[in-house]
Amino acid sequence: MHIMEGFLPPSMCILWGVIALPFLLAGYFSLKKAVARDRRAVTLIAMAGAFIFVISSLKIPSVTGSCSHMTGTGLGAILFGPSAVSILGVIVLLFQAILLAHGGLTTLGANTFSMAVAGPFVSFGIYRLCLRCKVNKKASVFLAAALGDLVTYCVTSVQLAVAYPSATGGVTGSLVEFLGVFAPTQLPLAVLEGVLTVIIMIALEAYAQPELRAVGFEEAGI
Amino acid sequence: MTKKDRALVIALLLLCVVLIVTPVLALRGADFGGSDDAGSEKVAEITGEAYEPWTTPVLEQLLGGELPGELESLLFCVQTGVGVGVIAFFLGRFVERKKQENARGAQKEP
Repeated sequence: MHIMEGFLPPSMCILWGVIALPFLLAGYFSLKKAVARDRRAVTLIAMAGAFIFVISSLKIPSVTGSCSHMTGTGLGAILFGPSAVSILGVIVLLFQAILLAHGGLTTLGANTFSMAVAGPFVSFGIYRLCLRCKVNKKASVFLAAALGDLVTYCVTSVQLAVAYPSATGGVTGSLVEFLGVFAPTQLPLAVLEGVLTVIIMIALEAYAQPELRAVGFEEAGI
Repeated sequence: MTKKDRALVIALLLLCVVLIVTPVLALRGADFGGSDDAGSEKVAEITGEAYEPWTTPVLEQLLGGELPGELESLLFCVQTGVGVGVIAFFLGRFVERKKQENARGAQKEP
């Protein structure tokens, strides 16, 4: 789910843009550092970006009778850390905003924050937490990707709620309304995203050990 | 890839198919519209009036209207295609590399 073009008041657009900007800068430097450390990181960065491309282009039917799509940012967050993914995410958001009229340029800041910042940070945090608690690695990947996806939509709901407080219940009231629309739709999709991310991680672990080591994935206690 | 992982991948792929197909079969007649639209409707419901976006997407300004549905699906396919292409290209290289490494290892051993 993206907030559509023109659906946030200008002040909100600027606010979210300003909030998202530092993360994008950090992401740029984080990617640069990863590539400088080992050129082979480029391959995995490209693959993580491509994964977001594929996953976010598929509109999946859900139990509520409407369609939504997944974010795909969990994989990149697990591999490179959360800020690097913000760059990959913003590329996809720009593509969709300009060519597909999906999301928008004015709402780019808000959408970047929900999909390319908040989601990946939660994915990364959960992944690290799971590993520290000695949770099975595949289960950790699943939880990280699924919950990151879900959080993206929760943040979108918050963004809409702040912009459109309901007359009776205020921000909380409309937050409940928006969550009611998005959460049930997104829940099965979050599971799907978790499953797909586990599949691609299994493939990478089996065939791309040198690249995983190049981005420091092996040292991170895997 | 170990045999166990292979079995797991197949099971997970089947699970994906089930997850996607179940809602379609269970909710026959639902229109499966985008949740973005559902969100916009909610905005209208809360503000009590149809929300008029204060700007329209760049492409719609250029075209003077909405992108035709077929072209939209074309662009979505391009997006998917580019992504799948990149993933498949690199994964193919990785698989072949592993195969060659294994073959070289086997040659050295005897």
